[in-house]
Amino acid sequence: MGLFRQYGDNQKYKSVLRNGAMTAILLFLAVLTLFPIYYMVISSFGPPNEIGAASYTLFPKYVTLDSYKFFFGFSKSSFRWIVNSMIVAGVVTLSNVVFAGMAGYAFAKVRFPGSKFLFFLLLFAMMVPYQVTQVPLYILVANVLKLTDTYTALIVPSLVTFYNVFMAKQFFSSLPTSILEAARTEGCNQFQILIKIVIPISKTILSVMAIMTFMGSWNTFFWPFLICNNEQMQTIQVGLKNFSFANTTYFSPMMAGATISALPMFILFFTLQKYFLEGVTVGAVKG
Amino acid sequence: MQTAKKRKRLNNDAKWGYVFVFVPIVSFIIFTLYPVVQAAIVSFQSYKPLKTEFVGFSNYSNTLKNGLFFKSIWNTAVYTAVTVPISILVAFIISILLVPFKKRSQSFFKAVFYLPGIASGVALSFVWKWIFDPLPSGLLNSVIRAFGIQNQNWLGSSQTAMLSLIIMTIFSGLGSTVIIYVAALLGIDPTYYEVANIDGATFLQRIKYVVWPMVKPTTVFLTITGVINAFQAFQTAYLMTGGGPDHATTMVGLLIFNNAFKYFNYGEACAQALLLAGIIAVFAVFQFKVMAADVEY
Repeated sequence: MGLFRQYGDNQKYKSVLRNGAMTAILLFLAVLTLFPIYYMVISSFGPPNEIGAASYTLFPKYVTLDSYKFFFGFSKSSFRWIVNSMIVAGVVTLSNVVFAGMAGYAFAKVRFPGSKFLFFLLLFAMMVPYQVTQVPLYILVANVLKLTDTYTALIVPSLVTFYNVFMAKQFFSSLPTSILEAARTEGCNQFQILIKIVIPISKTILSVMAIMTFMGSWNTFFWPFLICNNEQMQTIQVGLKNFSFANTTYFSPMMAGATISALPMFILFFTLQKYFLEGVTVGAVKG
Repeated sequence: MQTAKKRKRLNNDAKWGYVFVFVPIVSFIIFTLYPVVQAAIVSFQSYKPLKTEFVGFSNYSNTLKNGLFFKSIWNTAVYTAVTVPISILVAFIISILLVPFKKRSQSFFKAVFYLPGIASGVALSFVWKWIFDPLPSGLLNSVIRAFGIQNQNWLGSSQTAMLSLIIMTIFSGLGSTVIIYVAALLGIDPTYYEVANIDGATFLQRIKYVVWPMVKPTTVFLTITGVINAFQAFQTAYLMTGGGPDHATTMVGLLIFNNAFKYFNYGEACAQALLLAGIIAVFAVFQFKVMAADVEY
């Protein structure tokens, strides 16, 4: 007996009816939620004309890739934007998995003086609103270090996010200490334990972390927007925004650009869906 | 002998501990601690590339005399007060509807509701701008006409601009809330329902007396993180309306961003950011005190 009443065999029609109604409501909401994405993709196959009367439709009469050509023809750098985003998101993801993984393990299972205090510092860092650090960070990176238009400027501030450290620590704390202790008495040092024991049994959490970090980095807009003025060094999100500035009336090419910017995420999502969905709950359990 | 060995082992552990946390700590010092201290300093300055002056509290007093600052706080509060409860309520209802289904169907719907969240804010803003097209042929206008509602100048009118952003926010962000609620609902021990059934509880009574109290820790978590995020939200406003029309959608975050990077008034931007941080902190503590009073973790 659960939340919903179970009907006996003679009342089976009632449960069919109820489940049907529930499915209908869910499907209706699902269609509403999916609509913007559907609309984006479907419109991207329209012709790259300036918007006029009746130029958008829910069911296109014919499909053309001209809008994609238009988008890539707009700037010599459009492919470069994608490559830049790949480089930045790739490095940020790798460094987060390595450094947040190591730190999370240290805070969870390694005893060292000051570990509580240092962890508290990182928790504090998570609470600081982005608005507080953005101006000094910009002054530091752009004016003091003169790193404008470099990969370093795009990557280094996100080298390791404290949320990932926190998430890793939460997970590693749940590992049984006994196996780690056993390895310890066998003469392994902490580094060997991490490499040989902890990482092999933590592949799921590390994959979740990798995917969430990659997605965050790929979709981030403001920092690259601030720090990169040179068209060659922009990421796809910044390029996309600039494209829309220059072509406000070209509806289909804008949608083509948006689709391209979202495509890698869609591919990742449909191949690794399980990790995406898991990633949401990992940080939220036991609030 | 034994203790000496143990001490050596601890020392060795400590050494590795520091190696493991080295990068995050350095990153914390450079990218959080230094900027926070610097923000506090800059907030008392009139920052210019060549000649920086100490101006005392004038950035703060200017801010507190500025009607736009309070308007932006009000806008942010409205945005938060509408998006957070509605998102949570809608997601809760969806999760309740999802519970009786098989795991496969649950995963399907979870994926569907999550999907808009993986597209970037920039991409979503493109689509929604066209959905909110003010012309009668615009998408949302065509839909509401079917219900006999007259044409709206969605993003272009100060009456409806905030509403438009709220609609967009709610529809784009349901996924993760649904996923978290479903996990919480599946964690409820079925015996509670049995007991409630023996007592003759109706479906709504089961929701009210069993489900809602049981998922309260989740609701508290979602509300607090939701409020913190909503208070900092400004990307949607920046991309969709730029804060207009007539500052109807200027959020605090956007005001700060504009002060900093449009008008290069770093001092006032930092002062406002610190005020915002203070407001968020007070809210978070207050909410936690009120909501979590009877929650056991």
